[in-house]
This record gives sequence, C-alpha cells and structure tokens, in this order.
Amino acid sequence: MEHEKHEHKAHHPGYGIYILVWMGLLALTSITVTVAGIDLGAYTLFVALLIAAIKSGLVINIFMHIKFDEPIFKVFLSLSGFTLFVIFLLTFFDVIYR
Amino acid sequence: MSNGTIAIAEKSFYEVSTNKHSGILSWLLTTDHKRIGIMYLVTIAFFFLVGATIGLFMRLELLTPGRTIMGAQTYNTLFTLHGVIMIFLFIIPGLPAIFGNFFLPIQIGARDVAFPRLNLLSYYIYVIGAILVLVSLFIPGGPIDTGWTFYIPYSIRTGTNVSMAIFAAFVLGFSSILTGINFVTTVHRLRAPGMTWFKMPLFVWATYATAWIQIIATPVIGITILLVIIERVFGVGIFDPALGGDPILYQHMFWIYSHPAVYIMILPAMGVVSEIITTFSRRTIFGYVPIAMSSLAIAFVGYLVWAHHMFVSGMSDTATWIFSLLTFIVALPSGVKIFNWVATMYKGSIDPQVPFLWVMNFIFLFSIGGLSGLVLGSLATDVHVTDTYFVVAHFHYVMFGGTGTIFFGAMHYWFPKMFGRMYNKKFATISVITFFIGFNMLYFPKFIMGYMGMPRRYYDYLPKFAPLQEVSTIGSWILVGTIFFITGYLLYALRNGPKASGNPWGGVTLEWHIPSPPPTENFEEIPTITHEPYDFSQLKEMEYDK
Repeated sequence: MEHEKHEHKAHHPGYGIYILVWMGLLALTSITVTVAGIDLGAYTLFVALLIAAIKSGLVINIFMHIKFDEPIFKVFLSLSGFTLFVIFLLTFFDVIYR
Repeated sequence: MSNGTIAIAEKSFYEVSTNKHSGILSWLLTTDHKRIGIMYLVTIAFFFLVGATIGLFMRLELLTPGRTIMGAQTYNTLFTLHGVIMIFLFIIPGLPAIFGNFFLPIQIGARDVAFPRLNLLSYYIYVIGAILVLVSLFIPGGPIDTGWTFYIPYSIRTGTNVSMAIFAAFVLGFSSILTGINFVTTVHRLRAPGMTWFKMPLFVWATYATAWIQIIATPVIGITILLVIIERVFGVGIFDPALGGDPILYQHMFWIYSHPAVYIMILPAMGVVSEIITTFSRRTIFGYVPIAMSSLAIAFVGYLVWAHHMFVSGMSDTATWIFSLLTFIVALPSGVKIFNWVATMYKGSIDPQVPFLWVMNFIFLFSIGGLSGLVLGSLATDVHVTDTYFVVAHFHYVMFGGTGTIFFGAMHYWFPKMFGRMYNKKFATISVITFFIGFNMLYFPKFIMGYMGMPRRYYDYLPKFAPLQEVSTIGSWILVGTIFFITGYLLYALRNGPKASGNPWGGVTLEWHIPSPPPTENFEEIPTITHEPYDFSQLKEMEYDK
C-alpha cells in the first residue's frame, strides 16, 4: 500500500505543468472569442467544438488526474463519453432530416 | 471459511447502534446500510400509499361521465401528482434504495456500502426532494398541472408551481446519482474474497447495471429541468417556440433521461425475479452469464430508444424509423431473461410459496405490458393509439405489473430476513389473487378504451366508454383495498408474526447464511466464496426450514 501510494504520487505533475495548462486554457479561450468574430460559415460550429474538445481533454487528463490514475477510470469515462456521442448522433438524425 | 459455514454475531442490527446515539437519533444519523434501507422503506412506502390514494380518487372521478367528485383543474393536478409521486418518489428509488441498500452489500459479502456517509446523504437529499414536492402543493400558484412529463410549451406558460415541483425532481436526481456511484464503487471494491464477477448473485448484477444508468442518464434530466426553470424565470427562448426555442428539443432531452429511467425501474425488479425463481425452483439459474449480460445490454440499448415516445411529435421520418428499429432490438435481452427464467423452472422442484406467486403475477402482467409495447413501437399503429388510454394501460402493466408487483414480491421474499418475523401466508396468498383480479380489472379495460379512442388525461368521457370506465373504477377499489390489506398484515407481522429462522425459504445466496435479522456489519468474519451463486448442494450443510 505504502509502495503504491509512493508510485501514485510520483506520477503527478508539479505546479509548473498546472500553470502551463492553465495558460493553455486561457489561450484557447481567447482563440474561441477571436474566432467567434470571424465568419467561418459552415465551419463555425466545427471549430468551436474542436477547441472545446481540446480544452476538456486538458482538464480531464491533467486537472482531473485521469491520465495518472488507474485504467478503470479511463474505461468509465470513455463509456460515458461514448454514450453522450451516441445520444448526439441519434438526435442529429432528427435535426438534420427534419 | 466457505459460504456454507459463516460465523455469526449475536445481536441484530436493530439492537446495536452504529453511532454514539440511541433511540431515534441512532436511526436518523445511522450509516448502517440496513438501517438506511429500512428508512427508505418507510418513506417510500408512505409516498406509495399517497400515490395509490390519489389514483383511487382519480378513478372515483371517472366513475360517471361529467363531474363526479372534482372539477377538471383538480383532476389535472391529481394526475400530475400521481405521476410525479409514483415515478420520482416511489418507483425510481424503490427497489435500489430499499432492497439494493439492504441486500447488495450482504450478497457480495461486504460489511457495508463503499461510502456509508454518502449513503445517508442520499437519503436526506431524497427527503428534501420529497418535501419540496409537498411544499409546491401549498404555496401560492397552486399545485403543478402539467402531467409528469412537464411538456413544453404548457409547462412554461402555466401559472402553477412548475418551477418548484421540477426543482424537486432535480434534487431527487442527485439522490439517485449518489446512490448509483455508491453501488458501482461497492461492487468494484468490496466483493468478498472469491466473489468473482460471475459469482455475484443476479440481483447484484441488475443493481449494478441500474447504478450505471443512474449515473449517466440522471444528469440529463437535471440540466433539462434547470433550462426549463431558466426559461420560466428569465424568459430565455430555449424550448418555447414563441421565444425562438425548440419544443421537440425538450422532448428529446426529457426522454433521453426518462426512457433509461424506465430501465432504472425495471432492471432491479428483474434481478429480484432471478433470485426468487432460483430459490423456489431449487435449481441453479439457466443461463447465468446471458442473464447478467442481458442486464448490461438492456442498460446500454435502453439509452438508444428514447424517441419512440415522440413518433407523432413532428420528428423527422428518418429518426422515427431508426428509433422504431432500436426499440425492437431492446426487446431481445428482455426475451433472453424471460426464456431463461422459464427454463430455470423447467424440471426444477417448484415450491409455490408467496414470493414465487408474485413472480408468476409479474411474468403474466409484464408480458402483456411488454407485448403491448410492440404495438406502440411500430410506427403505423403508434399513430392510432398515441396519447390514448392504450399508452396508460401499457405503462401501468410494465411499471406497476412489472416493478410494482416485484416490489411486493421482494417485500414478501426478504421480509423474514429484514425483520426476523414471518407474515400470515394465507393472507399473503389471498392478496396475490385479489391483486391480480383488481389489477386486470383496473387496467385491461384501458387497452380497449384506448383502442376505441379514449384520450388520456381527460376528466370527462363519451357515454360509450361508461361501462368500461365503471369496471376500471371497481378494479381500483379491489387493487387499493389489497394494497392496504398487505400493508396491514405486514405491519401486524412486525410485532406479532412468528419468529423467522435464518433461512425460511431454502435460499443459498449470502443473506440466507446469516441470521434474521442480520447482525450489524453482517458478517463476523468476511466469508470466502467457494460456491457458484445458485449452487443448491450447499443446502445440505446449511440450516433451513424444510
């Protein structure tokens, strides 16, 4: 148990990484705001979602420690994510063909 | 130690407080999963009786055409309350919160759930939600009258207390999510040595699958409710078409939760059925792995069928046929279960005791409910019967005939274990029969009336429906009378029933290896599991009432 704890701790990033990720998130937010002012036509939604996906990826992996935790949490998280994806997909069968 | 010979503590959980308090505080502040299960039982049973009484008044109103005992607005309020109470306060939390709490840890050989304090918190969040529902009835504005589905745009525009009532559902959702998280963690972390995944009793599998739905689906209703409240309070156009919103989006979001919620209701009941059938057939379950996997399959495919509630809502044709197809697919794992239950009984030594009779009731009523669901899942026939009594009959057969019946089945199966007393079996057998008669008299005429075009949620009807409405109302008297009779003899048995042994039915899952009622922390020493879950050869080395 002691050994496990030690190993667990060793994988955690230091404050430097956290600050870097935070700056990254701020940068991505400013990009979102900037891009919102440009008319990208059909790509508007795609770009906004792409940036949001990168941001949530950073938060989930670094801040929520999923990257450093046991694989079972990754399984649970991807299961939830997959369900959400399927729900979106099925809803779009209505919205697109309505 | 194998599961045949489990050492036992002397005092039951009723006699030992798990905190520094005694008396009522030892209950209100307990972290013991069994005591919390009993507290849920008392609270949920209370709301069930309230919901049933409201149903009785609705049927009284429908005894004769026109106004009988109440006006249209009161009727609108009553059917909404009946729905909200029965769905959110009884049937969703019912089996997992009561029997899941009490038996899931015991069945996997654990002393408690993984997060006992969180468990108590879930209970109090449930109580707060219930109080909010009650408060919404009495504050200015009047009780909610939207129906339990809170459909837009009416729920945005009505002046009744929609915001508070749906906020209550939001709060109740948190109780459900926390219970789900607790059960998933308990199953992953606290199984006794030797209790591999495929040695878990099927009730545990069912509750585990349910817990996943609780965790993943419930947040969707949470956000939907918040959006409705924001729309009502600030006038933001999200769902109301007059404000530029999309009412069908509301229906999507509502059913993305509420259809999986149907499986939150039915899956634990299916788990209980597997337990009762094996115990009273004295035979190992036929197809253990397919039953366990079908629970997971139902849990997953159950997410993908929600829009079959919306075939006439103005959805795209592409979406309607896709959801119709998916709806037919979800029937497959349910079919697997029914087939395996029947195959388990085949050549078993069936002992038709009271819990087994409830299961027979379940299989009959649930099959009618399930098969009538095919009429609704088919696009052409659904158009004809949407929003008629046919739908009302279908979901009462599925939910009440399914989960409600098994609520009573589980109560009669585990009552001696939970309270250490046996009820009057003669009364119990009579109740199964009168329940069956009352149930079918109440709900079967609704299939016929629905087919003839009687719309749901109307407090008045054409004279041609009068004879069937009368039959239905008389059925409600028999059914509600039976429910109060059951409540009566169970309450009587609590004090005056003969003492029950540790294993009155000859069951072999872990709860039958410990005394009735179970000791605090269940096991003196955590058992090592050596047997398959339904290995009845263990009975030779166990004490039970033959």
